[in-house]
Amino acid sequence: MYAQLVETGAKRLKTLEEMSPEEREFQEKIDAETKIEPKNWMPEGYRKTLVRQISQHAHSEVVGMLPEGNWVTRAPTLKRKLQLMAKIQDEAGHGLYLYSAMETLGADRDEEIEKLHQGKAKYSSIFNYPTLNWADMGAVGWLVDGAAIVNQVVLQRTSYGPYSRAMVRICKEESFHQRQGYQILLDMMREGTDEQKAMVQDAINRLWWPALMMFGPHDDESPNSQQSMAWKIKRKSNDELRQMFIDQTVPQLEFLGCTAPDPDLKWNEETGHYDFGDINWQEFYDVLKGNGPCNRERIKTRKNAIDEGAWVREAAVAYAKKQKQRAQAA
Amino acid sequence: MSEWRLYEVFVRSKHGLNHKHVGSVHASDAEMAMENARDLYTRRNEGVSIWVVPSDTITASASDEKEVLFDPSEDKIYRHASFYELPDEVGHM
Repeated sequence: MYAQLVETGAKRLKTLEEMSPEEREFQEKIDAETKIEPKNWMPEGYRKTLVRQISQHAHSEVVGMLPEGNWVTRAPTLKRKLQLMAKIQDEAGHGLYLYSAMETLGADRDEEIEKLHQGKAKYSSIFNYPTLNWADMGAVGWLVDGAAIVNQVVLQRTSYGPYSRAMVRICKEESFHQRQGYQILLDMMREGTDEQKAMVQDAINRLWWPALMMFGPHDDESPNSQQSMAWKIKRKSNDELRQMFIDQTVPQLEFLGCTAPDPDLKWNEETGHYDFGDINWQEFYDVLKGNGPCNRERIKTRKNAIDEGAWVREAAVAYAKKQKQRAQAA
Repeated sequence: MSEWRLYEVFVRSKHGLNHKHVGSVHASDAEMAMENARDLYTRRNEGVSIWVVPSDTITASASDEKEVLFDPSEDKIYRHASFYELPDEVGHM
């Protein structure tokens, strides 16, 4: 979801008998729910898959600040502006927790960020959509962070210790994000003008399907899904998570007095879940490939931030050196 | 940021409790590490005191060596209070 389509390098799953003694011991640890820590032996494929997944997740947090940054100067009240800034600061923090977790695997932060800028690393498809009106801030908090929570709550049990601990910390902070988003929409629906109410429905219409796409395509029998599940990097299938999200979100949607842009969305008494229409996966793959409405702008903004901030980082190093020399001289 | 040193961050959540490891930050010096740690790990009153320690100054045991390292304490069950059974009449001790 924040990490979509993560390559594991697996062609098929090895059986316990086919594994080397080290691999077998590792798999048995995973099966016994023992967390893997940075200094433990791990298969190279496990390490690489985690670096890919955690870096994608971190990039998503960082790029995720941009659609919201668009509204900091335009928030309708000081209260909303402060809330939005606090949320954006949290996203930066989440990115940092995740980059730190990734570094415990021997990956270099600068190199991984460079891969993002070169278009070699992915981030969540959702952040390539524009935020066009103020209600989008509400819908992003409610739907996008809501979808993220469903995914991240499960990831708290992921097998790699530092990733799991970062998730615990992130989950604690996310519920503020979702609640503040929903409250924005609720206020607009309760106290807003007809035009403002229409904005809410418009935001939901545009973000509903992209939010459902966040969970990624159907899990097929691909070795990637199977390997990630066997290593317990992933704990639930994309379809299971998407269904959980829909089931919990539809009643909230109805409470708002809004509708989803899906004529097939309806409660199924038999299954005890909501049925929903087909997702346009072509759109998902197009956005992931770099052809969403905002892909180029997002990467350009990120690159500019790093390039134009270079002098600040250099100055900090020069200052630290000078301070050290002074301390030694004294 | 590779030229910046990595620091491990420990936070005391309340007076009277130990500092606990919470994560790490990159910084050009200890002062910046402290400020970054404050911004990153104590945005919601999570702490009353912070330690930042350069990561490369920490000596750690390898978790794979757990058995070898901790073996000497494993067979000394007489070090636990529960080893000493006392009659009920003695009461709580």
